[in-house]
Amino acid sequence: MKIAVSSPDGKFNTEFSPRFGRCQYFIFIDTDTGAWESKPNPALSARGGAGPQAVEFLAKSEIEATITGRYGPNAYKTLEAAGIRAFIADAGSPEDLLNRFNSGTLEEVKSATGPEMHH
Amino acid sequence: MKISIASGKGGTGKTTIATAFAQVLSRAKYSVSLLDCDVEAPNSHIFIKPELNQFEDVNIWIPSVNAELCNGCGRCAEVCQYHAIVVVGGQTLVFPEMCHGCGSCTLECPEKAITEIPNKIGQLEGGLSSEGIKFGHGILDIGEPMAVPVIRTLKKWQGLNEEEIVIIDSPPGTSCPVVESLRGTDYTILVTEPTPFGLHDLRQAYGVTRELGIPAGVIINRDGIGDSGVEQYCKEEGLDILMRIPIERKIGQGIARGKTLLEINPEYEIPFQQLYLKIKDALPGVDQI
Repeated sequence: MKIAVSSPDGKFNTEFSPRFGRCQYFIFIDTDTGAWESKPNPALSARGGAGPQAVEFLAKSEIEATITGRYGPNAYKTLEAAGIRAFIADAGSPEDLLNRFNSGTLEEVKSATGPEMHH
Repeated sequence: MKISIASGKGGTGKTTIATAFAQVLSRAKYSVSLLDCDVEAPNSHIFIKPELNQFEDVNIWIPSVNAELCNGCGRCAEVCQYHAIVVVGGQTLVFPEMCHGCGSCTLECPEKAITEIPNKIGQLEGGLSSEGIKFGHGILDIGEPMAVPVIRTLKKWQGLNEEEIVIIDSPPGTSCPVVESLRGTDYTILVTEPTPFGLHDLRQAYGVTRELGIPAGVIINRDGIGDSGVEQYCKEEGLDILMRIPIERKIGQGIARGKTLLEINPEYEIPFQQLYLKIKDALPGVDQI
C-alpha cells in the first residue's frame, strides 16, 4: 500500500508537518517494503484551494492513505471522492508514523477535522 | 464626478470623511449618491441613516455538473484558474466558494455536462437619507470570501453611480476589493493618520491609485499624533494635503454615537465645500456628471 505523510523538509526521520494542503513535501511510503521518496507539494503555492489540489496530486500518484495533522472540509471532501483514507497524528516523524500506521494505532478520520482555510 | 475615499490602513476615517462630505454636498444642493463598498463591514448607513427599502441579491453563476454526461476528462479542472473544480476518483467536485463565476468550465466542457446555477454571495440595500442622499451598500454573506462581485454589482445598481456627485467609501487595504471600488472614479481621497503605520499604508494605497491612473490627494486625520513622516512623504511625492482633522476627544465620542463629523462640529461645512472645489480644480477635464 502506498501512503503519503506531510512533511516540512522532505526527510524521513524528522518531525512531520501537521499542515496538509500547504505542507512543503509529501513523503510517499510503500508500507510493504518501507521504501520512501520525497515529493514537493505542488499545491504549496496555490492561491486558493490548496487542499483539493494536494489531493488531486496524491490521487494521480496512486496514494491510498494519507497522514497529517488536520484536514479542512474541502480537502476531506476531495479525499473522500478520491477514495483516499485519511489519518491524523499529533507528532512524529514519517518513520514513526509508518510504524504506527502498520500497527494500526493511528486514528482514521471520517470527517473534516479543522476549519476551512483561505489564502 | 466620482470621488472615491480610500486609505490603506483601516480605521483612519474613510467613513467619517465620506459621510460628512456627502452631507455637505447634499446640503449644497448637489445631487449626491454615497456607495459604501466596504461590503465586508459596511457602516456608512449608521451615520447617514437612510431608509433602506430597496434590496437585491448578488449571485455569481457557478457550475453544476451533470454526472450522467460527465466522462471525467478533467478539462474543466484544467481551465479553472481558481481551482474551484477538481476531478478525482471519476468524480467532478465543485467548490462554490472558490468559483469566480467566469464560465470557462461551462464553455470548455466537451460533453456539455456543465450548466450554470446561481449562488448567492451577498446582497445590496439602498434608499434615501432624510437629507436626500441616495445611498447604497453591499453586504457580503458571512463565510463568502469574494467581495469583488458584490462591489461590482453595487456600482452598477439603480443608477447610483450616475449621480452628479458619487462618493465611494472604499474598504481598507490595497487588494482586489479596493481596486474594484476605485476603478472608474475620477479622484481618490487618501485618508491617513500621521503615524509610521499610516504612512506605510498610504504609500501602498497611493501606489494603487497611480497604477489605476487616478489623481489623488491626502486628508490627514487625527492630526497632532505621531510624527512628520506623512507630511514629508506628501511633499516628496507632490501629493496635495487637502484637509487636516485634528485629534479631538469630542470627535471620537460623536463618531461612537453615530454622528457625522458635520453633526459633531458644523464648522466643518466650509472645509468640505473647499475640499470639493479643490478636487474640481484638480480635474479640469471632468464634467460634473
